Order: sequence, then C-alpha cells, then structure tokens
Amino acid sequence: MQHDDAIWDLIGNDNFCSYKVKTKTQQFCRNEYNVTGLCDRSSCPLANSQYATVREEKGLCYLYVKVIERAAFPAHMWEKVKLDRNYAKALEQIDENLIYWPRFIQHKCKQRLTKITQYLIRIRKLTLKRQRKLVPLSRKVERREKRREEKALIAAQLENAIEKELLDRLKQGTYGDIYNFPIHAFDKAMEKQEEETESEEEEDEEEESGTREFVAEDEFEESDLSDFEDMNNLKGSSDEEEDDEEESGEEEESEEELEEEKTKAKSKGKAPLKGPIRKKRAYVEIEYEQETEPAQKSKAI
Amino acid sequence: MDSNEATTSESVSKKRGKTKKVKRKVKPDEAPVQEMDQAEGEETEKKSVSGPCFPPTFSVSEIKNKQRRHAMFLKLKEEKRKQKLELKKKKKKERKALGDQAPPKEVPKTIENQRIYDETTVNPEDEEVAFDEGTDEFSAYFSRLTNPKVLITTSDRPRGRTVRFCEQLATVIPHAHVYYRRGLALKRVIPQCVSRGFTYVMVINEDRKVPNGLVLCHLPDGPTAHFKVSNVRLRKEMKRRGKDPTEHVPEVILNNFSTRLGHSIGRLFAALFPHDPQFVGRQVATFHNQRDFIFFRFHRYIFKNEKKVGIQELGPRFTLKLRSLQKGTFDSKFGEYEWVHKRHEMDSSRRKFHL
Repeated sequence: MQHDDAIWDLIGNDNFCSYKVKTKTQQFCRNEYNVTGLCDRSSCPLANSQYATVREEKGLCYLYVKVIERAAFPAHMWEKVKLDRNYAKALEQIDENLIYWPRFIQHKCKQRLTKITQYLIRIRKLTLKRQRKLVPLSRKVERREKRREEKALIAAQLENAIEKELLDRLKQGTYGDIYNFPIHAFDKAMEKQEEETESEEEEDEEEESGTREFVAEDEFEESDLSDFEDMNNLKGSSDEEEDDEEESGEEEESEEELEEEKTKAKSKGKAPLKGPIRKKRAYVEIEYEQETEPAQKSKAI
Repeated sequence: MDSNEATTSESVSKKRGKTKKVKRKVKPDEAPVQEMDQAEGEETEKKSVSGPCFPPTFSVSEIKNKQRRHAMFLKLKEEKRKQKLELKKKKKKERKALGDQAPPKEVPKTIENQRIYDETTVNPEDEEVAFDEGTDEFSAYFSRLTNPKVLITTSDRPRGRTVRFCEQLATVIPHAHVYYRRGLALKRVIPQCVSRGFTYVMVINEDRKVPNGLVLCHLPDGPTAHFKVSNVRLRKEMKRRGKDPTEHVPEVILNNFSTRLGHSIGRLFAALFPHDPQFVGRQVATFHNQRDFIFFRFHRYIFKNEKKVGIQELGPRFTLKLRSLQKGTFDSKFGEYEWVHKRHEMDSSRRKFHL
C-alpha cells in the first residue's frame, strides 16, 4: 500500500528529502520526474502514487505516467508514452492519456510540454545562426607573449627606424622637388666623395675666413630687416661674383630655406606648427638676399 | 694575551656594524700573528676570512651568522666588481695603445643576430619570388588596376572602445567605411562586399570590452589573415600627439618583413592604402615587424634639414601578431590554411621567428 500522506510527513515541509533544495523563499525539488520543479504536496513524485510528467529526450517529448497499480514494481513504475511532434496533437494525446486524472496534473503536464517545445524551437533557431566559438586562453602563454612584446618593442626602436626610413627616402628622391634640401645633400655628397678636389676645399676655407658676417644684437628681430636691405644688397652683389655662392652661403641658405618651409607650412595651414617646427631662435641671424633665391621660391610654390 | 685580544676583538666586532666587524678583526689579528708562532685555529681562520688577497678556501655560505654572511657576500661582490672594472680599463688601454691594429670590436649578441636562419627568407633578386608576386592575389593592386576600398566592422555588440577604435582606423586608412555588424554572418557579408566593389574587409573582434583580434580579408578571393591585437592606444590616450590626421593619403613604411610569409603579409598591408601617397600631407603609416610582432604607428613628419626629421605621433597605435593565414576568403571550417601558428612547435625556440 502506498501511504502518500505518511511519506509526505516524512519528507515534506521542513523535513529532509535528498531531492529538496531550500532557498530563502522557496523549496525546489531536484527529482527528474517532478512536473513543476517545486517541492510541494501535489508536485512531489514520491508522495503521490498517481503522477505524470512530460520529459524530453533528444528533441522528442514523452509523457511519463505512474499509477498506484504498479507501485510494487519499481522497474516498471513509469509508463513512457511518446508524444506527437505536433504541439496541438501532443496536447490532445496528453488529454486522452490523462483523462479522469486530477486537473492539476493535466494542467501542469501541458504547461511543461509548452515550455519544452518553446525551448526546442529556440535551440533549432540558434543552431542556424552563427555560434560564438570560445577559445581558451592560457594564462602562462598570455603572460609570455606580453613580455616578449614589450621586449620586441624596445628592440624595435620605432622612432629611429621611421626617421631613418624617411631620411633614406628623402635621399633617394622619392619626394621629388618638394623639399629644397636635395641640392644640399647632393653637394655635400659630392664634396665628401671627391677628395681629389682639395683645391676647392681650400678655396672654400679661404673664402669662409674672408667673408664678412653681420652679427645681430640680442634684441634683433626679423621685422627690422628692412633697415638692413641696403647692406644686404651690397653684400649680395659681392656674393654673386664669387664662384661658389652656395658653399659659402651655406648657413644663410639653410636658414632661408627653413623660413621658406615655415612660410609654406603656414600658407598650407595644415601642418601643426607646435611640434617639430619649433624653430630655436639663435642669437646670430644672418640674412642674405641673393638674386637666384626668388626664382627658386617661385618654383617651389 | 692572544685569547684576550681575540675575545675582545670579537666582542667589539659583534657590537659594531657589519663592515666594521671585519675590519676590526683584521687589525688586532694581524699584529699577533706576526709576533706569535702559536697559530690558534680561530686566528688563522679569521685571517683567511678577512684578508682580501687570500684566495678563499671556503665559501661564503659556510658562515652561520646571517649578518656576517651577508657582509662577507657584499664584500665579495665588491671585489668582483672592482676586478671587472680593472679588467675593462686594462682592455681599453690596450685598445688605445694598439690603435689601428686593435682587433675589431666584438658585436654584442642580440636576438636578431642570433636568429635561426629561416630558409624561406626572401633574397631581393629572387626571380621565383618576383614571379610569384607578379601573379598572386595582389598583382591586381600592384599593377594599379584596382583601388583599395576597405570595410571595417566588428564582432557582435561592440563596446565603446572598439567602436572608437574602428572610427579612428577609418580616419587613418583612406576610403574606409565603418559598418555596424548587426549579427550578420561573415560568409554572407563577403559576397555582398564583393558586389559593391570593396577590396578589403576588416573585422575587429572584441573580448571583454577591448579589441583583441583582427581578421583582414582581401576580397576578390584573397588571403585572409587573422591577427591577435594587443596594446591598443586610442588617440586621446597618446602623449604629445598632434592634431587629427587629415584626408591626405599617407605613405606606408613596411619594415623587416623578410621571409616569404612576411612578404605576403607585407603586401597585404601595403594593398590597404592607395598607391600614390600625397606627400603634401606628410603623414606616414608604419608597419614594423620585430620578432613576429607587427607594430603599427601613424605619424606626421617634417624635415628640419636633410639630416634631421621630426616625427609626431597621431592616430591610434596597436600591435599585431599573426595567428593564421588562410588562402581563400574567410571560411573557418573548410578553408585552406597556408600558415597556422602552432604553439608547441613554433614557440619552442626563442630565436626562431616566422615573419
């Protein structure tokens, strides 16, 4: 005989049941045949000799039925009825199998069937979409890579490499006529390579020692240039007569070109003037006007 | 008398500081040893311990007292350092004395020096390589038939950092468009891109609100490269940066791509940018490979004179590490992988690099 009440007394409220999970507000039942999942008098599969559930296996729903007549045969206690794949037909099957059963169990079985079909649909939809593949990271490997990356960064010396590359490109002439430096570079290279022409170098030295330079005072500003124009013209004419204009006027040219760069940059208005073009104002400012200069300027622009 | 002296010296030394202990030992000990023939065990030991010119017949670790042991160890280290310095000075003098005849300076060993030679390293004059490069998937780009057009997108539901990273990348790479992913499958996205004339698809994968992966797919069936992204720095996190990059086409610098694999990756990056850089913009994008890490930087340069150039960093920076290179377009299941990073095989040697 099944003593449902006695069993419930033993395992029910506040008593021990191995399937019971207690939380603050509620008690759950971990028994796999439980229809609702809660631990109460009408949902406990142990304390009810007439019981039914719906369970799903590999995408198919089955109705499990337990009746009191088979209580003595634990191996055959649960009768498994395969339900139709069609939801509506499955509901009818439940109805016909559980006819005359308490409404509570019928209702709960149908509810459970609904939930199961819903989640099966969801699974099928998700498998069609892209699935995220989780790749486990090994902490040791990550740490090792991070360290190696830091060391590689130090070894790379990026700024130097980039600067070197840019200067190489400038020397090769990939920038064409944009910058006026190439003439300089070319001349300097020529000087270095041709050691035969020592006489030229001697001449240069003599000329450089002989040239007069007008050194400005501390508070000299560029705006005051106009006063010196006459002087420059005087000097300019004498410069033209010399053969090696450019070599003697190296410093002046470089400064002039720097200013050209600056003016060009200013006119374009796109270059940030703060960073690299912080022209350090030397106290010595030598300005020479040469007649060939304007021609170059127009070419550059 | 000796024992008294010894005991007094010991007691004194124990009271005073570390190094003083040893010095104190020296003075009283040396005197009696000279005078007396009685060599007490302690004294000889002490003499051998404290005299620096004596070769140590024991090791520092035999002293049981921690403080004394530590003091002796420090002394030992000091000795060694002095010897090393003397040696260096001597060598330098010799070098100077020899002048021109001195043997050439030894080059210090670096990882780059000691790198295991990779047989796929490209020889610049190699014809086969040149032929391959003339007929591979990038030949269309390099023969100026196509112009690059890049689509940048992310994985699902990107967070702020990734979104900003995408936007900044789009400013750095000309003709780049950012599209929101909306959970679309890449395999469906790719044919659509092809039909709209894109040449590249760049997918930035995100993990825990931070970009950590990059899939770069060259479109009309080009190779697909999967990289690990690390150390992403957005524009506002950069120190001393300049203004935003302009619309000019930047120049491209590719450094240290030496092997065949490195070459193909280098071309992959080169084909991202249009052919003719606008030198007016003075912007340069650098992909620098060092020990299989590819560092990306974006700078603005200015030539101060023909020997000096100033660079100022704008733009985002990140590092990439190649994880796999696949022959066709993105297909993780059935794709044909040209190169896959296998950790146990490839990471075993510290001197072996593949790019």
